[in-house]
Amino acid sequence: MDASASVEIHHEPHGHDAAHEHHELGFWRKYIFSTDHKVIGIQYGLCGMVFLFFGFCLMMMMRWQLAYPGQAMPVIGKWLPHIFGAESMPDGKMTPNFYNSLGAMHGTIMIFLGVVPLAFAAFGNFVVPLQIGAPDMTFPKVNAASFWAFAVGGVVMSMSFFVPGGAAKGGWTSYVPLAAFDDTGPGRNPVFNGQTLWLIGFIFLITSSLLGAVNFITTIIQLRAKGLTWMRLPFFVWAQFVTAFLLLLAFPPLEAAIIMQLMDRLAHTSFFLPAGLVVNGAPVSISGGGNPLLWQHLFWFLGHPEVYVLILPAFGIVAEILANNSRKPLWGYKSLVFSVLVIGFLSFIVWAHHMWLTGMGSAVSAFFQTTTLLISIPSVIILSAFFISLWGGSIRFTVPMLFATAFLPMFGIGGLTGIPLAFNSADLYLHDTYYVIAHFHYIVAPGTIFGLFAGIYHWFPKATGRKMNDFWGKVHFWPTLVCMNVIFLPMFLQGMAGMHRRWYDGGQGWGVANEHTIWGLTGFQWNHPISWAAWIMGLAQIPFIINFFWCIKHGEKVNDNPWEATTLEWTAPSPPPHGNFVQTPVAYRGPYEYSLPGRERDFTMQSEPVEPAERTRRKPAAEPVLA
Amino acid sequence: MNNPPDVTQDSKEYEEYAHGVQKHVRGYLIVGATLLAFTMITVALSYVDFGAILSSLFHTNLTSTQGRKANIAVAVLVATFKAGLVGAIFMHLAAEKRLIYRILIFTGFFVLGLFWLTLLAWYDFPIFR
Amino acid sequence: MEIPYTVSTRPDTGLWNAKIGIWLFLASEVMLFGGLFSAYIFLRIDAAPGMWPHGVLNVPVGTFNTCVLIMSSVTVVLAWAALKMRRYRAYWWYMLATISCGIIFLVVKLAYEWPQKYDHFGIYIKSEALGKYEQYLGNAYAAEKELPPRLEITGHLHNPAALTDPNIKEYEVALDPLNADPTNPSMDRPHFLPLTVTHKIATIEKADVERATMFLPTHNAYFASYFTITGLHGLHVLAGVIVFIYMWLPVSKKVYQRNPEHLANRVEVSGLFWHFVDLIWIFVFPLFYLL
Repeated sequence: MDASASVEIHHEPHGHDAAHEHHELGFWRKYIFSTDHKVIGIQYGLCGMVFLFFGFCLMMMMRWQLAYPGQAMPVIGKWLPHIFGAESMPDGKMTPNFYNSLGAMHGTIMIFLGVVPLAFAAFGNFVVPLQIGAPDMTFPKVNAASFWAFAVGGVVMSMSFFVPGGAAKGGWTSYVPLAAFDDTGPGRNPVFNGQTLWLIGFIFLITSSLLGAVNFITTIIQLRAKGLTWMRLPFFVWAQFVTAFLLLLAFPPLEAAIIMQLMDRLAHTSFFLPAGLVVNGAPVSISGGGNPLLWQHLFWFLGHPEVYVLILPAFGIVAEILANNSRKPLWGYKSLVFSVLVIGFLSFIVWAHHMWLTGMGSAVSAFFQTTTLLISIPSVIILSAFFISLWGGSIRFTVPMLFATAFLPMFGIGGLTGIPLAFNSADLYLHDTYYVIAHFHYIVAPGTIFGLFAGIYHWFPKATGRKMNDFWGKVHFWPTLVCMNVIFLPMFLQGMAGMHRRWYDGGQGWGVANEHTIWGLTGFQWNHPISWAAWIMGLAQIPFIINFFWCIKHGEKVNDNPWEATTLEWTAPSPPPHGNFVQTPVAYRGPYEYSLPGRERDFTMQSEPVEPAERTRRKPAAEPVLA
Repeated sequence: MNNPPDVTQDSKEYEEYAHGVQKHVRGYLIVGATLLAFTMITVALSYVDFGAILSSLFHTNLTSTQGRKANIAVAVLVATFKAGLVGAIFMHLAAEKRLIYRILIFTGFFVLGLFWLTLLAWYDFPIFR
Repeated sequence: MEIPYTVSTRPDTGLWNAKIGIWLFLASEVMLFGGLFSAYIFLRIDAAPGMWPHGVLNVPVGTFNTCVLIMSSVTVVLAWAALKMRRYRAYWWYMLATISCGIIFLVVKLAYEWPQKYDHFGIYIKSEALGKYEQYLGNAYAAEKELPPRLEITGHLHNPAALTDPNIKEYEVALDPLNADPTNPSMDRPHFLPLTVTHKIATIEKADVERATMFLPTHNAYFASYFTITGLHGLHVLAGVIVFIYMWLPVSKKVYQRNPEHLANRVEVSGLFWHFVDLIWIFVFPLFYLL
């Protein structure tokens, strides 16, 4: 029963869709308000990269304050007060409030405006329909709505820098009661202030993610090509599938909490505020009866699955690139799939490990410690499978492969350093120190972001028909790798010495940061090499930016499959037209048929029919069906 | 009911299909009436002092707070029954595909996890309580 | 370029796209209202004795609204059935009925129920002054009968200027029946029919007042949750009504003429959303109005 095409045409007389095909869309419908997944993917990608760059700049400003606290920022110190307001940096010297804004917004922007849009929405939108052989997403208009909700959220968040009082200062975690009272009072607009705009912007971002998640899941279930069974899907698609579920089910409780915090701020309710609060020396007139821990529970219910949202797409990208550049199939495909499903499931029941210091009792702590340790197992399985996948391969170090290979030990360090944090006893000491910052940055920065760079270099030819320059790719890679480690490795030491993560003076005024040396420098002194490494790393991104934009028009032209890869997206033209495939693809085999014995080439595409000589008990010559 | 026959309205096959849908209509009306009736029952039950009834049944003295908890339990049970009817009949869940069940079972698990684990964390608090 | 399985089903899943899409969306809505309900649970558990009010909402009106929503659920499923049976006129009337019920629900809530609350006034008396107002609170009686303590005097504020003018030192409140006659046994439990404010006026000095506001979200945790949950629910009702209006207007008849099953699917998907909205109300009603 060939359900799809025939039934549609039967119900639509007069070739309505044929008329649609020939109707040329104007500039705005084609490039700005497009419903084509590739255009939307690129829109997400460009916006995501701009926000990543902006968040990176915020960090570079913070690093000045940490290394040279209280000193005027050179060169740009004069202009910054003109951009961010005179009260942010009088005489070019950063105020504590402005430092806190930078910290809160660096986190928020990097996670929700940078990495998630790039890793999930951009790569997912562009690659997933191509990899499953679909003409587009199941809900193209919803896809466009999702992007525009993200854009509005991004504008609102960015706008928050320019209102009186500046951007949100309560951390990316927005803990109450501080977040409920921050940016209120005289001189502050009830709606147009940093914290309220943060909350409102977030609602748009959550809406965008929810719409995107619905689209991804439905597309992957319904639009897989004939013969593309679940266990023949590229691992990248599995990773995006699980990520979509995490976004779908974990974001809404945070949306509920954000609504409640907005009510606390605008309608003066007390969802999160206990009775008897005193703010700035005066008791506040609230009804009380609320609890700050309620915010923490609802926030971290999202917050933990969110970190898996950050890493899983990178796992998927790295998997594709490792297989492709070692010319052998991924090792342990079934365990990889099983592991990613288990990670998805467990990630919902580990959240309170972010709350070890709130005074929870031993029973509930034991529960969360157990689940947290359990979730490390599938992560180790995935990383091990990746390492083993390299064994015996004919490895070629293309630029994507450099980033993908570097991902492995970097993520390894990040993941393993998380283990002490899983124990509430060890976390008593390490909580809120630089150790935590080092742990999660190792995962996201030389982890996920390396995965994203790898993906950009890898799929750039599919999107543009040209390759990015290899030499400049290497110039981008090596300093970035070295600087990442110079930045984050010493932070473990700073954290273990007891340096707090949110001191705006970098520890200059605190004993623990100045009394003892670790590896020759005091905690505070380590800020210097770290900051310099951060600024050098900023410079190292310039070749990437130039390479990226230059090669769109002037890069080396390549054919449809320059990497000689096996998955379905490489059967489409580069760049793919509207509708993606000239002929609807059919999958006959698994996604990583590299180096099959007895074949001329070292790769066999997924869409290549199975020959009589290849038929085995496990690979009978069954006609591909929808399954 | 998801794949109607591929014919125009006049054919006999379509009439049979439409008749099949018609049979479900009676079910919808019955469920609707049941929901209305149970709404009245919910309201009526909320004014019954279960605290007093249980106290006399088990010869104990339940406080008004404990009696209220009994009322809460009864009301939530009735609400769950009504919700079940809406889900099963109006939302066609009783005849739905496995995939939808799987999505909902995971959701149900996670929302219960949210409730239960937060409750657990709330009560397992040596310092405050 | 046509997206497959928008109307017909994919053989291995047995489903068409939007059906999966809407159930996924409803799953996320379960988590959203789940977050709000968990807040309700914790606020209620944590409330000190006497701080969580009972019987302040109008039960007959709430019951009426519940019945209106249930009827709209019936009419929307009948509308969908009519479409499946290719009876467009019947569909059109059932859809109109659904839209009307939705609008009635919203009007009752926004034009009657909520304003009734803004007009009602409540004063929490400071704990040290509770004895002074015993004639209105009846705490000795409550302690004797093992009822929760009464900490609040409610009714209509006769001198609203007192809210803003610091020179006025007391509130003149026309008392609710409970405060007018606190030791009356019939006041121990809430009543079905709402009791009207009495003519008995009490004068409460501002110095004895812990907190005095109208019944707004800011008044206490109960009203905070009530307004937030019913407000978000109301937004969902409004969204549903707007979508149904779109499906009822002539533009949808064009979809029906091109492919009737396509419109039937769209109505089914919106109907599923509507049933979910009804489902949430089935829980909201007892939790806030009856318990």
